[in-house]
Parts: sequence; structure tokens; C-alpha cells
Amino acid sequence: MDANLNWIKAYVPDLNVSDQEFLDALTLSGTKGESFHRLDKNLDKIVVGQIDKIEPHPDADKLVICQVNIGSEMIQIVTGAKNMKEGDKVPVVLDGGRVAGGHDGSPNPEDGIKIKAGKLRGIPSQGMMCSIEELGSSKDFYPDAPEDGLYILPEDTEVGADAVDILGLHDTVFEFEVTSNRVDCYSILGIAREAAATFKLPFKAPEVKVEETSEKASDYISVEIKDKDLCSRYCARVVTDVKVEPSPEWMQRRLAANGVRPINNIVDITNYVMLEYGQPMHAFDLSTIAGNKIVVKRAKDGEKFVTLDGQERTLDSEVIMICDGEKEVAIGGIMGGENSMITESAKTVLFEAATFNGPNIRKSSKRVGLRTDASGFFEKGLDPNNAEDAINRACQLINELGCGKVTSGIVEEKSPIKPLNRIKFEPDRINKLLGTDIDTPTMLDIFAREELTYDEASNEIIIPSFRQDLIGMCDIAEEVARFYGYDKIPMTLPKNAPTTGKLTFKMTVEKTAREVAQFCGFSQAYGYSFESPKVFDKLLLPEDAPERKAIKISNPLGEDFSIMRTIPLNVILTSLATNYKRRNKDVKLYEIANVYLAKELPLTELPDERSQFVLGFYGEGDFFTMKGAVEEFLAQIGMDNDLEYDAKAGKVFLHPGRQAQISFKGEVIGYLGEVHPEVLDNYGIGTRAYIAVLDLPAIVPHANYNRVYTGIAKFPAVTRDISMVVPTEVTAGEIEKMIRQRGGKKLEKLELFDIYEGSQIDKGFKSMAYSLAFRDKEKTLADDEVNGAMKKILNGLESMNISLRS
Amino acid sequence: MIKEQLDKIRESALKQIGDTEGLDMLNDIRVNFLGKKGELTGILKSMKDVAPEDRPKVGQMVNEVREEIEKSLENTKKRLEAAVREAKLASETIDVTLPAKKNNVGHRHPNTITLEDVENVFIGMGYEVAEGPEVEKDYYNFEALNIPADHPAKDEQDTFYISGDLLLRTQTSSTQVHEMEKGKLPIKMIAPGRVFRADEVDATHSPSFHQIEGLVIDKDITFADLKGTLAEFAKEIFGEDVKVKFRPHHFPFTEPSAEMDVSCFKCGGKGCRFCKGEGWIEILGCGMVHPHVLEMSGIDPNEYTGFAFGLGLERIAVLKYEIDDMRLLYENDIRFLEQF
Repeated sequence: MDANLNWIKAYVPDLNVSDQEFLDALTLSGTKGESFHRLDKNLDKIVVGQIDKIEPHPDADKLVICQVNIGSEMIQIVTGAKNMKEGDKVPVVLDGGRVAGGHDGSPNPEDGIKIKAGKLRGIPSQGMMCSIEELGSSKDFYPDAPEDGLYILPEDTEVGADAVDILGLHDTVFEFEVTSNRVDCYSILGIAREAAATFKLPFKAPEVKVEETSEKASDYISVEIKDKDLCSRYCARVVTDVKVEPSPEWMQRRLAANGVRPINNIVDITNYVMLEYGQPMHAFDLSTIAGNKIVVKRAKDGEKFVTLDGQERTLDSEVIMICDGEKEVAIGGIMGGENSMITESAKTVLFEAATFNGPNIRKSSKRVGLRTDASGFFEKGLDPNNAEDAINRACQLINELGCGKVTSGIVEEKSPIKPLNRIKFEPDRINKLLGTDIDTPTMLDIFAREELTYDEASNEIIIPSFRQDLIGMCDIAEEVARFYGYDKIPMTLPKNAPTTGKLTFKMTVEKTAREVAQFCGFSQAYGYSFESPKVFDKLLLPEDAPERKAIKISNPLGEDFSIMRTIPLNVILTSLATNYKRRNKDVKLYEIANVYLAKELPLTELPDERSQFVLGFYGEGDFFTMKGAVEEFLAQIGMDNDLEYDAKAGKVFLHPGRQAQISFKGEVIGYLGEVHPEVLDNYGIGTRAYIAVLDLPAIVPHANYNRVYTGIAKFPAVTRDISMVVPTEVTAGEIEKMIRQRGGKKLEKLELFDIYEGSQIDKGFKSMAYSLAFRDKEKTLADDEVNGAMKKILNGLESMNISLRS
Repeated sequence: MIKEQLDKIRESALKQIGDTEGLDMLNDIRVNFLGKKGELTGILKSMKDVAPEDRPKVGQMVNEVREEIEKSLENTKKRLEAAVREAKLASETIDVTLPAKKNNVGHRHPNTITLEDVENVFIGMGYEVAEGPEVEKDYYNFEALNIPADHPAKDEQDTFYISGDLLLRTQTSSTQVHEMEKGKLPIKMIAPGRVFRADEVDATHSPSFHQIEGLVIDKDITFADLKGTLAEFAKEIFGEDVKVKFRPHHFPFTEPSAEMDVSCFKCGGKGCRFCKGEGWIEILGCGMVHPHVLEMSGIDPNEYTGFAFGLGLERIAVLKYEIDDMRLLYENDIRFLEQF
């Protein structure tokens, strides 16, 4: 929302603060100022000059020499401009002055352009005559400016006067961020009212009086609303004897300052009132309205309509239309029709000010694909009283501009208007909510400044209709707080009983996962929860894989972000690929994030969100490096016993001979493995990579941080090494299971220290060597005790077709 | 006669000890003079020739010489050992400026560092940390937060929809409702989590980012408590000297509402590129829980009041660590992560 200071000052005449003070004070009282820009920035020493004489330049065909009267003296200026004649008045920047930019309309330099006296092709020139672009504006906002050349000021302009002032450029435009609840502040009047209350100054709203002719508007037009759910009020007034011409300069300046292009007096009046009151209006050429009537009703599905920008629009039955006796003439609240627009020849004008259903306008404008200034206002939901005020203000301006005769009366139809809201005044509750001790007179003063009236008899605050946001006590408390000053409210801490702060157990386990990953050299990755369904192909998942049953986003940002992930590998693999392509060496990453598993599709109930701890790396290390990281984590959460690795994990995206499913006490908790070479190709990773996935919901119930000290052994251990020849297909896991089973309680440690396959061993066999340590906690073990255990172990191994190596 | 002999022995022993350069030679000297067949022992053996009345005196003289030699031996031994150690240490001198042997420890993501910092502050103040679902029902994300079907705020947030009333949550505020519905009062919690909005990816936007929600509900909770709590938080996170500023704002689920700015923790408030010259940085939105929101979740607003706040994790991380492009947070380039 833009608002220029000069216009605001028209209603807060005593306002006299710097631009920065204005911005800061309004921000602190709730109207957040984003920025401001001064229209006279870099405009220095610019006066009105009158061209006395124009002579050709002796040495340059494209230049002329002008003698210019600047009031105090006559100066000589050499110029390349062509559009002036002797006697014209123009803005002149004097020696040492400054203009905003060049005349070609390129972006203005930050510090403007300094103008110095000098010579042009040998002829002295003591200043520069200016175009509107050099003054920082454009022909859009000064329609009387030429396409190219000097800006010619009106004949009655005083020579030597401040040209910047005459052009209305001593002004500042503020940009405010207005919150969606403050519809009333999307207007100059709304901002002015806030400014007056903020600075405790009188607010002088325009006094609206309309001079009417004896003719009745109702003789010209009738109004009927067929769909009151979409249009709660429609006001019409008729202006006869209209003269369409440019609007006066003061009006053009105010429109221009707020970025609205002046067009002609009738259109400008509607735009002026829209900015001033925050109420969009529309003007129809009454001669184009058939049957002397306006009917407001829903469009038909598929109906076509040409808006005044010449575009054909397709409508539907949820779009509200303004129609005459025969046809549609406007899309209600969005844009008028080409068939009824104001042209130079309009003699009788119908003004419309209506109140449309905000959400409906928002949705219609989206569906029709047309968002306008008007729809932007209406979609916020306007106050129906504002329509009446605005249409009267427009007619007052017709009077003031003398560009037509206003017939008598408003022709309208409306739904009953809600009575003014009343809120019980409870100063104690307000103070209790705010934690303040503000006295009642201070509160009442704040209400008065905001035009909220206090009814002493009922002890109620009466809310004006433009403040639709004030509904209950807490709303009133905010009004008190913001004008009392948020900064003056004390800072305290809750005085309630103390509580214990903590993480959930799941979060604690996740924290352990992060710490272990980090100590094992993995850095943390973050990714998106949505991805492309192509991920399934990249991971080689068959067409009927359950992972493909992913939740689809109905309005995704494109296919790449269209499904919620069901398998957590893509972020890590994509990130490894990014690193690989950037030639980063030895990259280890991990991520903890959810997968989203639908119970059924399309989704009717919340999916199962499962937190996954995913690790991935390439570079130094192998399968067992990854296995080490996994076990380090599981050990930290007390799950290092009862682990099993099943080589038949069945993961198509992993190397068929280098993958394992991880189980704890028989329950699957995750998997790990080397990434399948085809998957590596699909991701563009040119080296072996390893991943591990741990399903935290399966792990958390088993995790524990309980530890019991079991003493440090006092008696020595007895170690025995065994070296054996093992059939290739027998796994270390099977051998260890056998050794542990047979070794009994006194087998303390079991360590593989050598494994070999090659020339010295028969084909189909491998050599493996284990070191076994036996210990008794109570005494030194005797050799024969150990020998007994060893015998059992060796017998067991023999049964597995394993022989000892001599 | 004996005295002369003793003087000679002492002189000779002390000289030999003084000239010694190796520890092994010291032992030979000890044996030569003090051993069973040593010179001093020889004198003792010849005591039988001494008159009985002179024997104690001679014995004392012999002992004195023995002690002197032993002391000298001991001192010399210490000196020589020290010299040996010194020489060894000197020979072991290293170039301490040679590169360190790297421990390959991984790195925390800036999001996580920020999250843990914030969590620690609030856990210290007695807040529990909670979580809520990321795929959420419209009711929890909007309706129960005073954002009914046609509310403009619903459009402003560019929601990703799934089907029916299911969507990707646009704000962690949805966890407020879940906590309130549990019916356990008072509530003092923060809820960090992932949220989603249909923003195209660029240097300052991401369709998926993280927020931390805070909620306190109890008897007599005031706006002043909100201000005090968040000022405390700001000091912990941004430094003891940081100043806070509360500006009125609007959120459908709080009233009164505010946005909190902190004085720029980069320039101290003078104005720099991080605060865009303003000296202040917007950090979070907050307010007193709207009575209608309490009511909808079954809490009596006449008995209980509360405050809520929400802040963007990435926003703080990006500011704190001067990260100039938000995409870096999701690319996972190791050269980026290693800087944290």
C-alpha cells in the first residue's frame, strides 16, 4: 500500500515530522512502513524559466542557444531540445544544481546528475532546461509532457518560482505493509486516521456534500441484485452533461504519486476515490446501458465476455456479473466491459460503488485469470457503508471539477447492514492480559483518537463499521497496547510454578544418531521431503514395488517435487552425486528425515511418518566401514547384542553380493550395502558408494541408555588361536554363532584376525583365523577347562565341513 | 700415617670421580675404592695394627672419607643422568609447525546448530520439546487456528494440498492445537519442524523449510511475560547486548499480536548489509493466544491465557552464519558443511 505524505497531510494538517519519524512512528503503532522515497530526491536549484529568445548555434546544427529569464536575471542555455518556442516556461536547473536522471529514461543514478555551467561546442551554457524524465518522473504520470523534449509548464506559471514545487514533487511516497485484518488501512484516509491517532493530532476527514439537480437518478436507472450472497450492496448515481477532459493538475499529481496514471476526469475520479476511500468504483457510459437497468447476477458456465482491456474471458456460474437489460457490462468487482467503457464522447455517466463477497472475488479473479486493483480491494471484504461514502465523494468531485451535473439520489439495493459492534469495556481484564497498569482515562483517550466511541451508560465501546477487525476484548486490548506503546509494556517472566524442560525420548535417540554419525566422520545433510517419481526408476524398483505407492501433491511445483518420499535414499545419493561432480574427495553424509507411507491411496487419513537415519559415503572405506558406523550407533543406544545381518536383504538398488538386512532380536531395523553400479550410473556417481538406512521407529522402542558396571577382570584370560579352511559359502556369522554356542559363558572374546582366499587354498574354500579369549571372573582358568571348550568348538566346526589348518 | 693414607685415597677417588664422563665408569670407581677389595676397605682391614685407644678415631676418619666419596659418587651420577636425558630430549626435537594429523570428524548442519541452540535456551527455561505431523489435516493447520475456509491468510500461505482435507503443513503452529487438545495444562512447549509452502526455489526461498513454534498456556500469562521471555531468548541466541523491539502485527490465531525485531547482531544497530541499513532484523512473530483458538481446543479463555511464537530456523541460520544463498543449505556440498 503506497501513500504520499502530501495527501495524508490534507487530512492531518498539523502533521509536521520528518519522513523517517513518520515511518518509524507508524511502524510502532502497527502500520508497518517498509520504505519511503522522496519525489524531489536529487532535485536541486530548479526554477521556472521563460525562454526569451532562441537562436541557432553557429557550429552545431542540432543545438540552439536560448536566452532564459529566471526571474532574477537572464541566463544563456544551449540545448538540443526542439519542442519549445519563445515565450515558453520550462523547468531550469541552474549551475551547481542537480537532476534525478537523464532524458532517455534509463535508470536514475543513486546521486542524480550534477549540472555545471560550461561550454557546448564553444558557446557558454549556464544551466539546463529539463524534461520530465530528468525530474525523475515520466509521461505516464505527466500526460501533458511531450514524447521527447522539455516539459512545458502552464502559461500562468510564475517565472523564478520553485519548479519542483509547481510540479508537485516536494512529496514523499511511503510504502506500507498493511495486515490483512486492516482493510480500512488500504486507503489514504485509513493511513491518515492511523497517523492522526499515532501523533495525537486532529483528523479532518473530507466533508462530503453533493449538489444535486432536480432530476432523479431513479428516472435514469434501476438496480436489482439477484445474487445477494455475492453482492451485498450496489449503489448507483447518475451524472448528466458530462464533459470528458483531463483532470486538474492537483488530482493528477496525487494519482501519479501513488503510481496511478491519469487518464481523464471521470476515470481519474473513480481512481482517486479508490485510493482515498479504499473503495473501487466503476463508471459506465449510460448510453451503452440497455433497458435503463442494472442487474447483478451470476454468470452462466462457459459464458464469454470481453473486458475493457480487449481480452476475451471465460466465466462460470460462481462469477458475479453486472448486467443491463440485455447483456453483461462488467465482471463484478474485477473489471468493466469493453462494451460500456467511458470514452471521450460520454455524455451521461453511471457511477457504481458496490460491496462484493471478498472470498468469491478472490476465487473468481483466480479462475478468470484477471487480478486488478479493484479485485485486490474487494477480496479483502469491504465495509458496505464505504460504498455510499465513496459514491457521494465521487459526485462531490464532479461538482468541484465542474465536469457534469449530479442527479438527485442514490439508486441502490442492499442486504441489511449489520448494526455497529459493541464491546464491553473491561479495563481490568485488558491490564491483566497485557501485564500493565494503564489507567482508564488513558484507554478512553486512545479509543477517542481512533474514533471508537465509549457509551458510558452501557459501559460499551461502539466500533465504527470500518473497523471490522475489532470483535472482542482481546482486539480492544491490542488497540490499547499499540497506542500506549508496545515498548512501554514491561518485560517479565511467567510467575507460574517451574516446569522441567526436556527432549522426547525419540529426539534423544536422534541426537545420539547425529553425534555418532559426526564422530564417525559423516556430515549432516538436509533435503526436501518431496521428489520426482523418476526416483523409483533411478533406484531400479520394479513397477509393482510397494515404494511406488507414494502420496501425490495435488498442486506441486513441478514433477520433480510431486510425490512425498517413501524411500529415503534420494537426498543422500543426489548429494553424493553433487559432491562427486564437484570433485570433492571422500564424502560422508547422513540425514535424519521422514518417509511418508500411505495406508491407502488416495490418502484419506494421515500417513505413517517414519524418521529414517540414512548414511552414505564414497571414497575411503568399504562395506565394513559403514557396518562399523551402524554398530557404533547401535552400541550407544544399548543395542549391540542380538544383531543379525542377513545377506538376503532383497534390495534391488544395492549390490546383490554386498547388502545386508539388519535385525535386532529378530525384528528388521534397517539395511546397508554397496550401491548397485547401475544406480551409481543413474545418479552420476563414478565410484563405489555405500549406504545404510536405519528405521528409527523400529529402533526407538528398544533403545536404552541403562548401563551397569560389571567390574574389571582380576584374573588373566587364556587365548587360543584357530586357523581353518572353510567352504566359501559358509559365512563368518555362521562360524561365530557356532563358536559362541559351543564356547560357553567363559568365552569372553572372539576376533577374526585373518581371512584369505587365493592360490594356497583349494578352490571353493577360504582360510579364516580367529583368536578366542576365555576368562573366569572368579579364578585363573586351568588349561584343561579351556581345552574342553575348544574341543566342543572344533567338533562343531567340523560338522560345518570346516577343517583346521595345520 | 693412616691419616696421610686416607687423604691420599680421598684425593685420588674424588679426582677420578671428577674426571668421569660415563655412568659405567662410576661403578668401577665405587668398586675400586669402596668394594670388598677396595682401597678404603683395605685400611679397615689394617685396623688390627692400630692401637686400641686410637681405633675409634681412625674408624671415624675412615667413615668420613667413605661418606665423602659416596656423596660425590651420588652427585656425579645424578649430573651424568641429567646430561644423558637432556641429550636424548634435544635429539628428539620436532618441527611443531608441521601439519596436524586430521581426525575425520563430521560436521553439524547450520540448521541443526541453530535448532540445538534454540532448544537449549527453552529447555533451560522449562519448555518441553514436542513434534507434530508434517502431513496435516486442514483443521489443525488452519481452522483451529482461526483461519476458516475463506480466510485470505489461507491463500497467502501457498499451501501444498494432497487430497480431501489433507495438506502439507504450512506452519508449525499446527502443533499448538495438538498440544492443547491433549487436555494437559499448563502447557510450556516448543515444537520444531519442517513446513512447506509453494515457493519456487531461489536464493531466499525454499518450498520446504523449518520453523520452531512456542506455546505457553497457564493462568495469568500476560503480554509482558511474552515480551520478557522472548527478550531473554534473544539475549541467549544473539548476545547479551542485543536489544529487542516489538511491533504490532496481525496473525489470525493471536491477539494482540507482534513481530519482534532484534538490534542487528552484526553491526550492533548502526546499519549494515545484513539489516539492510535499518539496524534491526525481524526475527519472529508472536502474540497472546486468541481466546477463540483456546475455546476451539477446549480451554476456557476466562480461566487461562497464553502466548505463542514462531520463528524460521533457516532465517536465523542464514543471518547468523552470513549464508548468502539459501540453496546452499539443501545442496549438501561438503565444502559448505565443513565450515560448521
